[in-house]
Amino acid sequence: MDKLLNDFSPGLFVVQTILLLLLIFLMVKFAWKPILNSLNEREEGIQDALKAAENAKRDMQNLQANNEKLLQDARLERETMLKEAREMKLKMIDEAKTEAQAEAGKLVANAQLAIENEKKAAIAELKTQVASLSIEIAEKVVREELSNKDKQMKLVESMLGEATLN
Amino acid sequence: MKVAKQTFKFYTLVVLLFASAFAVAENTTKTGEGKEGQIDTKEKVEAYILHHIQDSHDFSLFSYTSDSGERKHVGFPLPVIIWTSNGLVTFMSSEFHHNDDGHVIVEKDGLRFAKIHSKIFELEAGADVVAFDEEHHATNAHKVLDFSITKSVVGVLLIGLLMFFWFAGLAKQYKTKQVPTGFGRVLEPLVLYVRDEIARPNIGEKHYRKFTGYLLTVFFFIWILNLLGLTPFGFNVTGQLAVTACLAIFTLVIYTASGNKDYWMHMLWMPDAPWWIRPVLAIIELAGAFIIKPFSLLVRLFANISAGHIVVMSLIAIMFTLKDTLGVAGATGLSLILSFFITLIEVLVAFLQAYIFTMLSALFIGMAVAEHDHDHAHDEHGHEIPDAEDVRGDFI
Repeated sequence: MDKLLNDFSPGLFVVQTILLLLLIFLMVKFAWKPILNSLNEREEGIQDALKAAENAKRDMQNLQANNEKLLQDARLERETMLKEAREMKLKMIDEAKTEAQAEAGKLVANAQLAIENEKKAAIAELKTQVASLSIEIAEKVVREELSNKDKQMKLVESMLGEATLN
Repeated sequence: MKVAKQTFKFYTLVVLLFASAFAVAENTTKTGEGKEGQIDTKEKVEAYILHHIQDSHDFSLFSYTSDSGERKHVGFPLPVIIWTSNGLVTFMSSEFHHNDDGHVIVEKDGLRFAKIHSKIFELEAGADVVAFDEEHHATNAHKVLDFSITKSVVGVLLIGLLMFFWFAGLAKQYKTKQVPTGFGRVLEPLVLYVRDEIARPNIGEKHYRKFTGYLLTVFFFIWILNLLGLTPFGFNVTGQLAVTACLAIFTLVIYTASGNKDYWMHMLWMPDAPWWIRPVLAIIELAGAFIIKPFSLLVRLFANISAGHIVVMSLIAIMFTLKDTLGVAGATGLSLILSFFITLIEVLVAFLQAYIFTMLSALFIGMAVAEHDHDHAHDEHGHEIPDAEDVRGDFI
């Protein structure tokens, strides 16, 4: 211990203190500060770049997902549109059919009505002709009656017979 | 490109410095006849090792004895700057002629100086030679305050410059590019290591940035100086008590100055303890913070590095001390193998001690700035859920 204390040189201690202070000051100012700052900057730069890449990747994924969704939507829409078109087609055909049927029915009804009318008119005319024929016959009979009773009777009978045949 | 050019210029400067030093360095002493300067006995080895782990006033690389029996020293002298009873005195260490036992007296500004075991003594007025008592203490001389540019100071300056050029160069590289090239590529992971493995986990995310500069400086300073100590230049900077004490006191000042309210509260008046035990705890805590912590830092570094130097040199000395029992080849082989492996371990220790010093500094600073916040997350039963910060705080 005594020897150690004897070896301790206060002068060297002072010189070393001054030199170490100087060295620390110079190193911090000209070496450590710029080095550590640059290292920090570089590390931050790398961190940022990594983060940016991560973000870009996520955006890309989002974009892809969006695209996928859009495509899916478009497909669905097409599907529905096609379906609607098909339905519309069927409906139109149906409507056309019913309309046509209704029209046809109406036509038929009209025709039947016309036929009925014609028939009625014909019957009416027939009746008038029959009536006039009957009057003629009756005239002739009356005239015959006035000449020959028997003949008149015969005539009436034959005429009547004809008349029922008609 | 500019950085490379600058580094090149720097290395050229260092090489020139050494070369010019060698040119003037060859120095001769006449300390005796024959082979007195050679280190070949056990006692001399011990003295040499103890001498080496001390600081020295000149930069000697090696010495040899010439054919004419003169001891030649190769190295260069360093300036001696001392505060004497007569004010500041400076001269070159070569004036002592490598004498270390007080026999060579240097006269300067009317004062006489002698160097005894790497310490410079000022002789009292009228004394011509240093007188020693039985325990080899000088009786008519006293130590002076020695601000010399000693070998350790040269090491500190050299490593300081080296660090400054390396890391300022690295800092400059970031201005133009994101990733450094060349030597910067080696330095960057080390900086990141200190920041991410030492500063950040020990101090905490919130405060670590402020202290990272100090921790980085201390880490590289200790590590490179430890490694420099393993080179044949024979530096032993981090094995100087003054240097490790200075480093430890810096850490002490930093964690004392940045201690928050909680830190002082826990130190002086422990909140959860019974009142009568609190003063006792305060004494223990104060002793821990101001004596034990810095002491453990300074002694650990000093002892490890000094011990490493002593072991390596002792193993090299096997070459001489076991020459008689093992023969020249055997002693040399054994010495080489052992010192090779112990040097490998010392390379590891050099890093380890730098790491431990920085780690503990960070830990102490972390304790001082740790926030024992009282708005913790509570679970549904109202118990606090401890977070990592707390666990660390408790552990400390």
